[in-house]
Amino acid sequence: MNWSAFISSYIFAFIVLNVMLGLMAYMTYIERKVMAAMQDRVGPNRTGPFGLLQPIADGVKLLAKEDIVPKNADRLVFLIAPLISFVLAPLSAAVIPFGGTITVFGHDVNLYVADINVAVLYVLALGGMGVYGIILGGYASGNRYSLLGALRSAAQVVSYELVLGLSLVGIFILSGSLSLVEILNAQQQPLTPFGGAIQIPNWYILSQPLGFVLFLIAAVAETNRAPFDLPEAESELIGGFHTEYSGFRFSFFFLAEYINMIVVSLMAATLFLGGIDGPIADGVWWLAAKAALFLLFYIWLRTTLPRFRYDQLMGLAWKVLLPLAVINVALTGLIRLWGLGLL
Amino acid sequence: MLQGYAVIGLMLITAILMGSVLLLLGRLVRPYRPTPTKLQPYESGIPDVDPPKTRYTPRFYIVAMLFVIFDIEAIFLYPWAVSFVPLGVYGYVTAVVFLTILLAGLLYEWKKGALEWV
Repeated sequence: MNWSAFISSYIFAFIVLNVMLGLMAYMTYIERKVMAAMQDRVGPNRTGPFGLLQPIADGVKLLAKEDIVPKNADRLVFLIAPLISFVLAPLSAAVIPFGGTITVFGHDVNLYVADINVAVLYVLALGGMGVYGIILGGYASGNRYSLLGALRSAAQVVSYELVLGLSLVGIFILSGSLSLVEILNAQQQPLTPFGGAIQIPNWYILSQPLGFVLFLIAAVAETNRAPFDLPEAESELIGGFHTEYSGFRFSFFFLAEYINMIVVSLMAATLFLGGIDGPIADGVWWLAAKAALFLLFYIWLRTTLPRFRYDQLMGLAWKVLLPLAVINVALTGLIRLWGLGLL
Repeated sequence: MLQGYAVIGLMLITAILMGSVLLLLGRLVRPYRPTPTKLQPYESGIPDVDPPKTRYTPRFYIVAMLFVIFDIEAIFLYPWAVSFVPLGVYGYVTAVVFLTILLAGLLYEWKKGALEWV
């Protein structure tokens, strides 16, 4: 084992973990500010200049709140479930390439934690594991609203995870790899149609438009965000799977939700929008800008669309998105065969 | 490659430690004053009547079964998609036949009403 590379990767992993937590805290602030602007309100503006200290105040408040374990609860599972959600969420960021290789103090440092050859599968697997936190939390609460919320959430997440997985098969056909680093490299060479007169980026959003739309819808549903936030439908289920949670354990579920949003945005930017690739000065800022677009899109959706009904939600996944995803796979294969000159 | 997984494993341990430390830190500052009323499950003010592990609709089981079938389909498609170029036309035709059979299965489920939530 190459120890210096191992240690530098680990240091980068530690930085990624902490940056994820910091981004998550300010994502809540940005979401509240943007939502306020869209709804003609002011938003948080009392703690610090422009309310910038609001996430810190929220964190301290939640840390100081009583941690209640209801009497019907399955105590051990109830205590562990939020930790499962929280731990698994930032791990997906390990395979996202934030850049190439740079040299720091004479050491080569890769700007990604790990380049594993099944990176996309790993992210999807972690998304599936995240369901455990939700369903165990809801089941262990000993409250029927929580149980119903957890079941709904599990059914929703597994249905949309299928669509998420199938919508990416087109990209694998084009890139021939499951590794995010290689998928990113495949998008770096610009296309030069019309004899090189113009250059267009070889981003997969251009060759996989249907896959992109399917991925976007499935990603919003997978992270339980509006208009697919059925698991936490306040008007019918009180709070869903986290009804009985209080204090910092409650905030762990929210940490996980927001970190998942950030990770999915980074994934979408890397898979479909060329990640760190930009017209000038390639770098992590392009990735950040593209991910920020997706995060703003999330907030925009939340302020614009009402919540789906549960039968509509499941119908959309199984009757519309799944057949479309399968057709997308077949079509992409056909066009790729034609492109290779095999037809 | 193995090194990548080792780093991810270490990252997992770090994340578990960070979460546990945050929870233990909270224990030092947060109050703990349980009362019988506070420990009641939340029921919008109505006293809890029957034990909460009640029955729920079998549709959730159907979704779980459908998920297993189609998730395995997706997993089978991944290796095919990665080695799309070497497999060529033969691989494509095989995959389309596989997809058609599964789509026919989905249509059957649809007709039988397994996808309805009413």
